[in-house]
Amino acid sequence: MDILIYGVINSATLALMALGFTLVYGVSRLPNFAHGALYVLAGYICWLLLNRLGLPYILAIALALGLVAVVGGAMYQLILVRIRGMSISEIIASYAIGLAILEGLRWGGLKGGTFTLPAFLEGSVDIAGVSVDFQRILVVVLGALLVGLLYFFVNHTRLGLALKGMAQDERAALTLGIDSDRMAVASMALGSLSAAIAALILLPLGSIVVEAGYHVLIMAVAVCIVGGLGSWTGAILASFVIGFAQILTTAYLGAHFQVVVAILAIILTLILRPSGLFGKQKELEERV
Amino acid sequence: MPKAHESRRKERLDRGVKVRSDGVYAVASWREMAFLLGPRLLLIAGLLIMPLLLMPVPYWQKVLTIICIYSMLAIGFDFLAHYVGLVSLGGALYIGVGAYIAAILNTEMGLPLWATIPLATVLGGGVCTVLLWPCLPLRGVYFAIVSLMFPLLAARLIEAFDIFGGTDGIMGLDGFPNRWSEMYVLIICLLLALFALRQLVNEDVGLVFRGVKDNDQSVKASGIDITRYKALGVFIASSLGCLGGACLAHIYMWAGISQFALDFSIIPIAATVVGGGGTLAGPVIGCLILVPISELLRDFGTLRIAVYALILMAFIVFKSEGLMSYGARKYNQFEHWVEI
Amino acid sequence: MAGEPILSVRDVNKTFGGVKALTEVSFDLMPGDILGVIGPNGSGKTTLVNVITGFVKADTGQVLYKGKNLVGTAPHKIADQGLTRTFQVMRPYYSLPAYKNLIVPLFSPRARRTGGWRGGGRMGSRDTVAVDILEEIGFERESYVPYKTASSLPTGYLKRLELARCLALRPEIIICDEVFSGLSMSEMASMVPLMEKLQMEGITLIMVEHRLRELFRLANRVMVLNFGAKIAEGVPVEVMADKQVKEAYFGSEEVFSYV
Repeated sequence: MDILIYGVINSATLALMALGFTLVYGVSRLPNFAHGALYVLAGYICWLLLNRLGLPYILAIALALGLVAVVGGAMYQLILVRIRGMSISEIIASYAIGLAILEGLRWGGLKGGTFTLPAFLEGSVDIAGVSVDFQRILVVVLGALLVGLLYFFVNHTRLGLALKGMAQDERAALTLGIDSDRMAVASMALGSLSAAIAALILLPLGSIVVEAGYHVLIMAVAVCIVGGLGSWTGAILASFVIGFAQILTTAYLGAHFQVVVAILAIILTLILRPSGLFGKQKELEERV
Repeated sequence: MPKAHESRRKERLDRGVKVRSDGVYAVASWREMAFLLGPRLLLIAGLLIMPLLLMPVPYWQKVLTIICIYSMLAIGFDFLAHYVGLVSLGGALYIGVGAYIAAILNTEMGLPLWATIPLATVLGGGVCTVLLWPCLPLRGVYFAIVSLMFPLLAARLIEAFDIFGGTDGIMGLDGFPNRWSEMYVLIICLLLALFALRQLVNEDVGLVFRGVKDNDQSVKASGIDITRYKALGVFIASSLGCLGGACLAHIYMWAGISQFALDFSIIPIAATVVGGGGTLAGPVIGCLILVPISELLRDFGTLRIAVYALILMAFIVFKSEGLMSYGARKYNQFEHWVEI
Repeated sequence: MAGEPILSVRDVNKTFGGVKALTEVSFDLMPGDILGVIGPNGSGKTTLVNVITGFVKADTGQVLYKGKNLVGTAPHKIADQGLTRTFQVMRPYYSLPAYKNLIVPLFSPRARRTGGWRGGGRMGSRDTVAVDILEEIGFERESYVPYKTASSLPTGYLKRLELARCLALRPEIIICDEVFSGLSMSEMASMVPLMEKLQMEGITLIMVEHRLRELFRLANRVMVLNFGAKIAEGVPVEVMADKQVKEAYFGSEEVFSYV
């Protein structure tokens, strides 16, 4: 029973981590390897606002979300737009930005002592004999809510539909008067926003550490590769597959294997079925 | 009325001596020979003399050996990325595999240093090639991601299963007899690797590699097994990395999971981008610049990673041709603005 | 016509995600023939080429080359047996000079086995052999054209370069995927004798084409595909008269006015 409950929580965690990555890739075909860095950055900004400026928690959260979204958008507008379409350069450059943010934080900010954010809700509840924190329940609830909101946004708003159009066929979108660069900036901002949301929901469960950045990046890549790059439903299903696989290995083998599972999932998926477990029939373009 | 910058363009003309020294006419005069051989000799002589110049500062001699190790890794990366078309972001895998194989051969089987290094080079290349073999049909981004994951996986597996000394690593390797042998072995290996690869890419085999990069479908249609050539390319690049890793293990007399660390994956890429991709000599120049910077910043801890990540990003975005191509252009051509 | 077919395609089917690209396609190819394959856009012509040369695996059916089934064989092994193809979208090595493009096929196991070009044995370096082949195929030897980077060559030369790549392997069959498309009238006019020369040298040709006039001058037999199925096969004159073929080309009758 606890495997089921923790599996669901872990899967929701993974889905939250991966959502921003898959959003950006889905719309602008940009593998944003700075995703993990933005995640940690959001936590750090929020901590600064909360502890150094003494702002109320809600305000700190709102500001942190806004700032990270701006950072993400600016990153695209100022830097990544110049190497649009050269996917390897995009990976290397975004990874470099992420490294610079993370290692810069390790040097200049996140050192000495632990950095924690307060939980939204204290206390825990018994579900079928397993004690679960309210915060973890919140992870699942907010995760589902976020997915729902994004779904609504993409299918029922102008901007969302424009993004969806661009994801499907960029040239066609261009001919219909959609500015692909602006849309890509918007998608980066949105992706960073969802990385920040994930950070602010998940970080109160532990402490803000630089390693989280790398961890989140690996998890996001794992979920997106297994689900098929750019496929949203694939990503959500994949986070359940990996989430439960991780909980099962933790239960039977040991906690060391959490990351091993994720990395193995990436490697095996790419070798056996590069379009992902739930990806569309794209094998031809990728392999032949 | 057009804007000023629209009415001018940069015109480039080959220098006379460049034209005269193309092809067989190069031997016509000493001046042309010097023009042609100058840069090459500068690099060779510079690298060979460097250890002597750095004699008063042994610390920087150590840095020189590290530069050579990174350079070999970077040349391998450049070859694989620009001549075979496989962008391998996980250079740390090669260093780590080389280091561990050398350590095991040395401490467990008692082989001397002069046997472990060549053996680790060849065996390591083989191991890396076998590991990456299933990923060879993948292209572009997919190969890059999967290769990035291998060193991470290796480190985690060693940690999780507590094999090969676990988190402590393997200690007690033989060191080099003295620091001169250390430096000159590496410098000579580096120069050999550099000139051998430069030769290779212009041979007929090299053209097949470039064909695989340009257009793998055509190579298939020409009755050539591309997976074999990709594997051969990976073997060459990973052997170079393993050679570096084996030397590294013997220099520090230790092999551990930090040899799968990020530095070994990111510096060679940064050096290649800074030095100029596809030139093979460029990555060496990149390492000569980046590694000392990273050493100077060692006191600032991880700031050094942030700094060369930023340098890498700046070059890839604003100066993607790299220093080597830039230098070669200035060396070979006049540039001036002309009105149009 | 007597003798065994050199290539025989039997009941080949191929679907792409629910779309039937090829349905029960069968034909025989005699040694020395030129077989034309025509059909409207999207009729499965290129898929057929891909299936025969191993770039796409047929769902069911057989491709018998000298009696051996090729389905499931890797493309490079098929090319190694002398069954070569050109690509509709030309695929040269853009960063290399034209003659260096031929070093790759000349380096292949088949080319090394058969020993250079003409007359066996290694005649000089591969560079010389490469320029010989290019001259054969219409690159002026004394001009700068063979030494130009492939990215700067016009379409006509790139199409020839595709053919040259096949020839370097000393093939038995060349499948030409639209070598005439995108060429000017004069380029086309010089291409026709070239194909005739290849036929006289004993190479069997399959020509997938849109240009019916040139094709009907060359081909002994013509096969028509429509929606992935073979609707007619025979000598050009018969096929032209076929009612079904006319229907398939409905709306593009001007195509027939060329003939």
